[in-house]
Amino acid sequence: MSGTFVGMPAFPEAARDAVHDTTLRGNLRHATHTIRAKRASAVAELSDWAELREAGKRIKDHTLRHLDRYLEQLEESVTAAGGTVHWATDADEANRIVAGLVKATGESEVVKVKSMATQEIGLNEALEAEGIRAYETDLAELIVQLGKDRPSHILVPAIHRNRGEIREIFAREMSEWGRPAPEGLTDTPAELAEAARRHLREKFLRAKVGVSGANFMVAETGTLVVVESEGNGRMCLTLPETLISVVGIEKVVPAWRDLEVFLQTLPRSSTAERMNPYTSTWTGTTDEDGPRTFHLVLLDNGRTDTLADEVGRQALRCIRCSACLNVCPVYERAGGHAYGSVYPGPIGAILSPQLRGTGSEIDASLPYASSLCGACYDVCPVAIDIPEVLVHLRERVVEGGRVTRAGNKVVLQPAKGHAAERAAMRAARWAFTHPGVLRTGQRLASRTRRLHPRSLPGPGRAWSGTRDLPPVPAEPFRDWWQRMRGGDGEKGAAG
Amino acid sequence: MSSRERILGRVRRALAGVPEDGTPYERAVARGYLREHGRRTTGQTVDLLAENLADYRAIVHRSDAAGLAGLVARLLAARGASSVLVPPGLDEDWLASTEVTRVADRAESTPGELDRVDSVVTACALAVAETGTIVLDGSPDQGRRRITLVPDHHICVVRVPDQVVASVPQALERLDPARPLTWISGPSATSDIELDRVEGVHGPRTLEVVLVG
Amino acid sequence: MRVALFLTCVNDTLYPDTGRAVVKLLTRLGAEVDFPVAQTCCGQAHYNTGYRHQAEPLARHFSDVFRDYEAIVTPSGSCGAMVRELYPRMGERARAEGRGDGLAAALAPVVPKTYELTEFLVDVLGVTDVGAYYPHRVTYHPTCHGLRGLGLGERPLRLLRAVRGLELAELPGAEECCGFGGTFALKNPDVSAAMGTDKVRNAESTGAEVLCAADNSCLMHIGGTMTRLRTGMRPVHIAEILASTEEEPAV
Repeated sequence: MSGTFVGMPAFPEAARDAVHDTTLRGNLRHATHTIRAKRASAVAELSDWAELREAGKRIKDHTLRHLDRYLEQLEESVTAAGGTVHWATDADEANRIVAGLVKATGESEVVKVKSMATQEIGLNEALEAEGIRAYETDLAELIVQLGKDRPSHILVPAIHRNRGEIREIFAREMSEWGRPAPEGLTDTPAELAEAARRHLREKFLRAKVGVSGANFMVAETGTLVVVESEGNGRMCLTLPETLISVVGIEKVVPAWRDLEVFLQTLPRSSTAERMNPYTSTWTGTTDEDGPRTFHLVLLDNGRTDTLADEVGRQALRCIRCSACLNVCPVYERAGGHAYGSVYPGPIGAILSPQLRGTGSEIDASLPYASSLCGACYDVCPVAIDIPEVLVHLRERVVEGGRVTRAGNKVVLQPAKGHAAERAAMRAARWAFTHPGVLRTGQRLASRTRRLHPRSLPGPGRAWSGTRDLPPVPAEPFRDWWQRMRGGDGEKGAAG
Repeated sequence: MSSRERILGRVRRALAGVPEDGTPYERAVARGYLREHGRRTTGQTVDLLAENLADYRAIVHRSDAAGLAGLVARLLAARGASSVLVPPGLDEDWLASTEVTRVADRAESTPGELDRVDSVVTACALAVAETGTIVLDGSPDQGRRRITLVPDHHICVVRVPDQVVASVPQALERLDPARPLTWISGPSATSDIELDRVEGVHGPRTLEVVLVG
Repeated sequence: MRVALFLTCVNDTLYPDTGRAVVKLLTRLGAEVDFPVAQTCCGQAHYNTGYRHQAEPLARHFSDVFRDYEAIVTPSGSCGAMVRELYPRMGERARAEGRGDGLAAALAPVVPKTYELTEFLVDVLGVTDVGAYYPHRVTYHPTCHGLRGLGLGERPLRLLRAVRGLELAELPGAEECCGFGGTFALKNPDVSAAMGTDKVRNAESTGAEVLCAADNSCLMHIGGTMTRLRTGMRPVHIAEILASTEEEPAV
C-alpha cells in the first residue's frame, strides 16, 4: 500500500498518542457522533433494511464464488462498449500501467476523484516519480494533500481535522498548488467549500486526463458507477479526454438490477443520506459526450489471496461505506492513522492484514485493535462479521498456518512476541481441564488475599495503570457451595 | 503468462476448495426487499418527490404546461442570468418567454466557455420520489453531461406524474445502462468538514426543479 | 426444574457474591439449582485471543459437565454468547479443517439450553417481577455480548423496572462498549482505559449510586476505573439486585 505508511509502529503505540491528543479526540468524537445518529435514522426509514442487507451480502457472495466468470464477462462488455481493460496483479504493475497511459497522452498532470484503490497502491507518489502531478479534487483529499498529511477515514480522509485547522491549511498551502485562498478566509464550512471550488476549478477546466476508482462495475453491461457528493467526480469523469479507472476486482457485480440494492444501502450507510448528491454511471465511451478514451485497470494486489481464505474472504464484500468506522469506539479514540493503512477502523483491521499479510508489526497488531463489541457487524450493509474475521486473524498471528501470498500457498510461522502469552494460554487450558488444579489456585489466592495489591508492577501495569484490581474474596464460590451442600459435588466429569 | 491469466488463475485456485455451487444467478439472491416503500397514490408520490427534493435543498416549483415558459423566464431573471445553455432537443416553448442569450450545447465548446454561461435548462429521464432524485440520461432534451455540471445554476423540468417513479428499483428498471447516467439529489454538497453536510462545492450550487403537470 | 449454574471462572474466583445471589434468586423462584463443581471455564478468553485449538478441550469439558441438565444458566452475557454462538462455529471450523463432525456433535447438546440469567428469568421462568427490593438509584449498562451477541434487548430493564424501591436512570451512550474486551484491556490499555473513563463519566452524569450490568468482567473494568477516578459509584451485578429483598437486602 501507500509508501507513506511504511514502518508504522504497532497499533497500541500509535493509538497511545491519539488517545492523549485532546483536539483529535474532540474532532473524532464530534464527527462520529454526528453521523451515527443520522445513519440510524436514514436506515430506519427503510422497513426492509434487513432484506436489503441480506440481498447485498448474497449478491457479493455469489459474485465472489464465480469471480473469474464475472471478470471475464466484465472485460468483454467494457471492451464492446469502447473501453480498454488492463489487469494488474499488484500495486507496482497498476502504477506502471497508469503512468504509461498518462505519458502516452503527452500530459503531465491528472485530476483525480477520490479512490481507495489508487490510495492503496500509492498512485500519486508513483506518478510524481514519473514527473506527473496528480491533483486530488475531493475536498477532504485536498485537505490531506495540501496538509502533506495522511488520510484517516475511508469516506472523510480529513476527519481528524476540524474547521479551524482546515482554514489554516487552505490559507497557508493553496498558493503553492495554484489559486490561493481568498483573503480573510474564515472557518465557516460554506466559505471553506467555496475556497476549494475556486482553487480546483481552473484545474478541472484544463484537465486532459482524469483518474478515478469505481464503487461498482456491472459485468452484464460493462457499466461503472461512481457515487459522490461534491461534483468533483463528475468533473473528472466527464471533462477530460482520457479517463483511467483503477478498480479492485471485488467491485464487480453481475447485473444492472443489483444496483437497486447497493444504491439504497450505500448512501444511507455512508453519509446517512437517502441518496448522495451525484451518482455517475458510464458504459465504455459515448460519442461526443465525455472522455473519448476509457481505460479500466483491474487490480488484484492481495484480493485473490484474501479470496483464498474461507473465513477472511467475506471482507471482499465491503462496499467502503465507512459505517463501521463511524460506530467503532476504538476508531473514535485511536483515530485512523494508528491503523497504518489507507483502510482504517474495523474494516481496515481485517482488510490490511489480509491484503498485506501479517508480516509487519502493524499488520500483526491490527487483529487485536478491537474489543470485539460487535457494533461494526451490526451496521455493516453487507453483513461482514468483522469480529469473526478479527478472531480468525488473531489465530493466524499466534498459530500461523497455511495462507496464500501473491497467489502461492505458504505456511506461516507463529508470530514472534506471543511466546509468553502462548505459554500462559496453555497453562490456563491445562488448569481449566483439571478442576482440582483450578480449585487449589483459587484457594491459594484467597488465603493470601491480604497480600494482594490493588495495582500491579511491570507488565501488570497494562491493567492497573488506570484501573484498580478487584479485591480477592475470602473464599471462592465453590468452597461456599461445598460448605453449604456438604461437599457432595467433589466428583464430576474429568476431575 | 499475462497478468490477466495470472489473476484469473489465482481466483480459480482460491475457489478450488469451495463446494460447487450451480445455483444460477437468478436464484442465488433472495430478493425479499420491497419494490417501493409504502403505498401511495400518484399524487402522493409526486408530493413525496417534492418534499424530498426540498429536503436536500433543491428549490421546487410547480407549474402547468401553459405557465412553464413564464416560470422559466422568471427563474432566469431572478437569478440575473444573461446566458443559458440549451440542449439540442429541448422543447423550444419552454424558453419562449425569456430574452436571455441561448448557448447551444456543442461538442466543440471548451470547458472554459461553458464556465462563462450562467444557467442551464434541461428535461430529465425520470425522477425518484423516495430519494428526491432526478436522473439525466443524455437524451437530446438533456444534452451532454457537462452542461449540467459546469454552470452554477441548473433548472430541470420533470413531467409529472409520468416521469416520476417511487423508488430506486423502479428507476433502474426504466433506465438504459448503455447511456451515460447522472443521478442528481439536490445541489452539490459535501460532508467532508466534520461529517456535517454543507451545500455547494463543484457542481451547480443552485438546483431548481420544476414539476410540470 | 433442575438447573445447572454455570458461574464462570471469573465469578467463581473473584465474585462469589454473584454466585450466591443467583442461587438465592433461582431457589426463591422455585428452581432446583445445582453447581457442578467440575466446571471450570468456557474457553472464551482462549478463543477470542486466537487460541481456538486450546479452547476446544475446554469446550468439550464444558459439555461433559453440563450436557445432562435441563437448563444451564450463567450470569455472564459473554460466556453465554461463547457457548451459544461460538461453540457451533468451533464445530464448523473443525469440520472445515478436515477433523470431522466430532467436535460439533460433542458441543451440540449444550448450545440450545444455555441461557444468560435475565434471559432465563424472562423467557423460561416467565417472570419479570422477581419480588426484589433495592432502594437505590441505579443505571444499567448493557454489555456488548449480551446486547448484540445474545440479543437480550429489554429483558434486563424489564426486570429492573419491577424492582421495588429501585430508581432507574438512563445511561447516556449505553450501547457503547465499556472498553474491557477481555485481553483487549491488556493489549490496548490506552484505548481501553479511554473507553472505560468515558463510560464512567456517562454513568456519573446520571447521578446514580450504582452501575449495574449482567457481566462481572465488564464490571471489573468499569469498577476498577470508578475507584481509580474516585467517583463514589459502585458496580453491582444485576443478580445481586434481583436477589435482594426487604428481609434480606443486598449490602
